[in-house]
Amino acid sequence: MSKSKKVPYLVDRPMSFCPGCGHGIAIRLVAECLEELGQADNIVFPIGVGCSSLLGGGIEADRLHCSHGRAGAVATAIKRCNPNNVVISYQGDGDAYSIGIGETTSAAYRNERFTTIIINNTNYGMTGGQMSNTTLPNQKTNTSVYGRDCSVTGNPIRFPELAADQFNVGYAARGSVHDVPNIRKTKSYIKKAIEMQLSGEGYSVVEVLSPCPTNWKMEPLEAMKHIAEHVTTYFPLGEFVEKEEK
Amino acid sequence: MPKVMTKPERCKQCGLCVDACPKQAISFGDGINAGGYNYTVIDESKCIACGMCYTICPDGVFEVLGEK
Ligand SMILES: Cc1ncc(C[n+]2csc(CCOP(=O)(O)OP(=O)(O)O)c2C)c(N)n1
Ligand code: SF4
Repeated sequence: MSKSKKVPYLVDRPMSFCPGCGHGIAIRLVAECLEELGQADNIVFPIGVGCSSLLGGGIEADRLHCSHGRAGAVATAIKRCNPNNVVISYQGDGDAYSIGIGETTSAAYRNERFTTIIINNTNYGMTGGQMSNTTLPNQKTNTSVYGRDCSVTGNPIRFPELAADQFNVGYAARGSVHDVPNIRKTKSYIKKAIEMQLSGEGYSVVEVLSPCPTNWKMEPLEAMKHIAEHVTTYFPLGEFVEKEEK
Repeated sequence: MPKVMTKPERCKQCGLCVDACPKQAISFGDGINAGGYNYTVIDESKCIACGMCYTICPDGVFEVLGEK
């Protein structure tokens, strides 16, 4: 049952995320998948703005720190110019779904041949916990102090479902890092997304539900339970589309 | 026998591994690392090298080395 488990060299250095932050787990999963698929030396990361940017200092790979929200457009350019590279945009929910909703949606709409990993922690982590487009109904944040009022702000966006229902994308799924079984499942989603890119069939997106204990004002363990009990009720886990590979 | 090796200097005291370990082999020790965190230690007599700690740790503290 036991197998050697080594932190992939891509991420084998100290990360500057807060204690208990899910970014560290998610990025390790991406690195494990790249290593297992033999793509660790062939990867380019367009990185969003937010705590996702801390990846820039924590990853041993080609990377580009994009303007806020624009990773979808930058990834499009990188992939079109270098189709043999694996291109993964690594973004937060604020980056990809709030300021970058245009770029993210357009890339999915055009079925660009890259992969997007979106870390959904239901707020803007880096800037101190403001409301994002995925903040839960009634969730209190610094900019929704009485709780998010969806009649004024609109409803939280479910992007993988949107991409799956409306666009001709290759793969769309939502995982979570709140416990070991879900971490393993999320890894299988990320792997399928990268395989989809390698097959050239189309755009792939994996949203990862992730804790932000600092801004949720919770202990790390409590934040994981919050995902299991509350966040997953609004953001269902699973695969929404998987195109047949040729 | 596989063995879990740790890099205590990376630990941020989040405690997720303490909860995930099925054998209650992980606890906070007495030491403080350079980051100021009270890092976790493994009781080798309880550890079965299942790698749950590796999977849940956001900071790459644990590695399971050696195949069974
Ligand atoms: C054009 C621009 N507007 C605003 C900001 C401020 N800003 C920095 S990070 C951030 C939010 C990031 O949130 P998210 O993408 O959810 O990432 P997280 O930090 O939660 O991982 C904002 C608004 C900025 N850097 N640039
Ligand atoms: S602020 Fe939140 S998202 Fe950012 S590193 Fe800390 S816990 Fe993670």
